[in-house]
Amino acid sequence: MQERPFSDVSFEKYLDEDKLMGSRCRQCGVLYVPPRPICTRCHATDMTWEKVAVEGRLRAFTCIAVGPPFMTAQGFNRDNPYCTGVVELAEGTRLDARIEGVDAKNPAAITVGQPLRARFVHHADAPRKTTLVFQPC
Amino acid sequence: MAAAVGLRPASGGGCSKGVEKVKKRKRLGRGVAVVGAGMSAFGMFPEKNSKDLFVEAFQEMTASVDKGFDPRDIEALYLGNFTNDFFVHQAHWGPIIADLIGLVPKPATRTEGACASSALAFREGVFAIASGFYDVVLVGGLEEMSKRTTEAVAEGLALATVPYEGQAGFTFPGVFGAVATAYFDKYGASRDHLMDITIKSHRNAPLNPKAQFKATIRDIMDAKVEKARQKGTALPPWEDEKAFLRDPRANPVVAWPMHLYDCCPISDGASCMLLVAEDIAARFTDEPVVVAGLGQGSGRGLHACSDLTYFEATRQAAREAYDVAGLGPEDIQFAEVHDCFSIAELLHIEDLGFFKPGRGFHAVAEGATRLNGIKPINTSGGLKCKGHPVGATGVSQLYEVWTQLRYTAGKRQIPIGDLHTGGAHNLGGTGGTCTFTILERK
Repeated sequence: MQERPFSDVSFEKYLDEDKLMGSRCRQCGVLYVPPRPICTRCHATDMTWEKVAVEGRLRAFTCIAVGPPFMTAQGFNRDNPYCTGVVELAEGTRLDARIEGVDAKNPAAITVGQPLRARFVHHADAPRKTTLVFQPC
Repeated sequence: MAAAVGLRPASGGGCSKGVEKVKKRKRLGRGVAVVGAGMSAFGMFPEKNSKDLFVEAFQEMTASVDKGFDPRDIEALYLGNFTNDFFVHQAHWGPIIADLIGLVPKPATRTEGACASSALAFREGVFAIASGFYDVVLVGGLEEMSKRTTEAVAEGLALATVPYEGQAGFTFPGVFGAVATAYFDKYGASRDHLMDITIKSHRNAPLNPKAQFKATIRDIMDAKVEKARQKGTALPPWEDEKAFLRDPRANPVVAWPMHLYDCCPISDGASCMLLVAEDIAARFTDEPVVVAGLGQGSGRGLHACSDLTYFEATRQAAREAYDVAGLGPEDIQFAEVHDCFSIAELLHIEDLGFFKPGRGFHAVAEGATRLNGIKPINTSGGLKCKGHPVGATGVSQLYEVWTQLRYTAGKRQIPIGDLHTGGAHNLGGTGGTCTFTILERK
């Protein structure tokens, strides 16, 4: 089977298959999630796919009261804010992702560093067909 | 011979180690002076379009040239604009503005670096003169944002986030909100420290006739109390400015911990500057302000940063600018920095080296960045209060530095007698493009 290109499209297709995949540089060993075709540390293009565990820790977050149109269409607004953040995966790489299972109306109770686990959420109508949504574990 | 003459042989694997890098100090090919500057008032102007605003800036610039100048001497225009394509459905602003002010058929180039668009125009203008190609160049920027709804403006600005951020539901306030949580977690700062920045910006803005919000936080509180008194409703219980800012009814959350008063407004405006070769500056003024140093850097999205408490692009821009100028952060007497959100000002004053990482909020609390402090920051009122017509902002920051250096800042003039060096820091996107420019009075 021919290897998929190390692209955003491949990343999203893997997500559709419930897999979080990154690219690891065979030259210097750095892991990239989402994948990159060119290693930004050593500039090599010798990459290999690697499956990444969907668990990590919250590194930064925000609770948004005024969201973009696709979020307001999902019912989020000033009275129903949503949380999104930056999650550091076990391998040390980071992802931007929605955070659920926390009280976005009470952000003081959400803590940087808390452990999270993700699930794959499939959408019929969104900018992306599948997104990773993290929640406390 | 294994190695070329003058090159060190490889000391071991990896292409970057093979040849010792020659570190060249960056220099302008020749000096560049700012001899005129102007900006429109910033605000929401339903009766004015981008052309009207640019004319205002251009007319003030023309009047500001001490010995006068002939507009026919302008050889080229560099113009920053970010999102007029989206906001007013008109692109290709270079020739439109060139025609407006009578420059056609001379060349006009539009630069785009999100909210740093006109700092890039300034930079291209400087390089065009430093290269020896032109002697007299006009640089500027414009943006017309207020004719769209807040949601549409947010959508337009979000074109400059990185794709993964947008998909996760991040907005611009959201990105800076996340940065704030990382900073709070690492250094123990809190929302109260950000309020010091907001209160300071609102103290400076009423002293700036061009500012969008000419009211202190105290003025705003007093007006609300007076309104309640007239209506006969319960008087708000705020004992001080921070109590007002902590009140979610007065200062609602936008993207926690960013609240309304942490965020810059939607604005219309334009700005421009006349740049000339330093060796002919005496034709225009006896008090030239020269470009001592300038730098630019680029950065990545949130997810690709291992630490969210600084902007790599700002640090790069600062290193480059200090290197060109032969100066350090201690030599910069005051600065305009890109406070699109309160937390951003905190990061910038650390990234530019004014305060150590994690110490900026203490310095702000101690008053160091006030108009009469040891390092005045955003004497104009900053993006927060002066306004942020994104494509016009970079050159408007340099306008403020130029105005302070020439002692024409009126009531907001920094109260020291030997002002000679100031800086302007402009940021685009979520830190993707940053610039730092140092101006010096000769």
